[in-house]
Amino acid sequence: MKTDHSLPQDRPIGPSLIIEVGVRIMIPFIQLFGLYVIAHGHYSPGGGFQGGVVLGASFILMAIAFDLKTSLRFFSLRANAVMASSGVFIYTGTGVLCALVGGMFLDYSALDAILTLGPVEWRSMGVFIVELGVGLAVTAIMASLFWDLSSGGDMDKGL
Amino acid sequence: MDAILSEIIAKYNYWIYVVLMMIGFYAMIGKNNLVKKLLGMNIFQTAIILMFISSGVKKGGLIPVLDKQAALEHGVNSALINNPVPHVLMLTAIVVSVSVTGVALALMQRIYRRYGTLEENEILEKMDR
Amino acid sequence: MKRIALISTLFAGALLIWGTRDFPSWGDPNAPASRHVSPTYIERTVEETHIPNAVTSVLGDYRGYDTMFETVVIFCAGIVVISVLRRPDA
Repeated sequence: MKTDHSLPQDRPIGPSLIIEVGVRIMIPFIQLFGLYVIAHGHYSPGGGFQGGVVLGASFILMAIAFDLKTSLRFFSLRANAVMASSGVFIYTGTGVLCALVGGMFLDYSALDAILTLGPVEWRSMGVFIVELGVGLAVTAIMASLFWDLSSGGDMDKGL
Repeated sequence: MDAILSEIIAKYNYWIYVVLMMIGFYAMIGKNNLVKKLLGMNIFQTAIILMFISSGVKKGGLIPVLDKQAALEHGVNSALINNPVPHVLMLTAIVVSVSVTGVALALMQRIYRRYGTLEENEILEKMDR
Repeated sequence: MKRIALISTLFAGALLIWGTRDFPSWGDPNAPASRHVSPTYIERTVEETHIPNAVTSVLGDYRGYDTMFETVVIFCAGIVVISVLRRPDA
């Protein structure tokens, strides 16, 4: 029996050994690199937005190479919502904490009152905490944007 | 003639961005398909981002990542380092562009489910009925 | 319709190219954008924040308010996509 494979949705899509093994090997390194980009943003090009996008891309790659369910098994929707909200909360919470301990909003040097590191070092640390929050939010939102858009919102099967 | 040539050499990057912006602008207002309009908007945003980035360039400037020890000991000559402010602004602009693209695609999926098409004139016809 | 679009696009492009006459030339170290606050940021980033990467220090510290609402914007985009697409009646 001859089948017509001219349309993309008619082509047989099965598991491909090369893609699956390749992605399985690549994903840990991609995630490690994303964490490196977030953590090393003070000393090299990088930061929360860039590292968050790399981390989110690793989950997108998982959803493309296997299927959406596999990606959701590693990063559930509940964890996704918690991560996105906690990222924004970390950022605004740091700002409010600075105001509570006697400085101005988002003036990280005021955090010296909590733990004595010196005001200049606290400004460096404050930027790191804030970048961490940005990274969490961007990771979660990137993954959730792809899941929603590729499955039409029902999280059944993606591309 | 020499004045015109030096003007071209000094400003040609802006003209490239203007051409890029024209492509995006034409796609936004001239095309009928909503996805093509969105792609036009992305091209437009790319033109704006490139324009801002190139406004921070200094001739022979280095990237704005400094050497910590040298900077603490001798200070920094800001004329040799590229302007970091456009980089920061465009970093956030890229994130906004991704967000806008995501929201627009989500709305388009809803439109497609409701009307079965993404052509603007067909949607307008179906809305009247 | 296409003709109107083409004409207005060309008109806008011509206006913008005319406007570039007043722009600083490419790579000018004395351009207005490079004279206002950015020298201060570049010179003080290491001694004030201990961050060698000027982009990170401007992003997180000097202009942290901007970045905070940037995070809120992307969070809102995620919420909007979820609430537009993830509906039982869809």
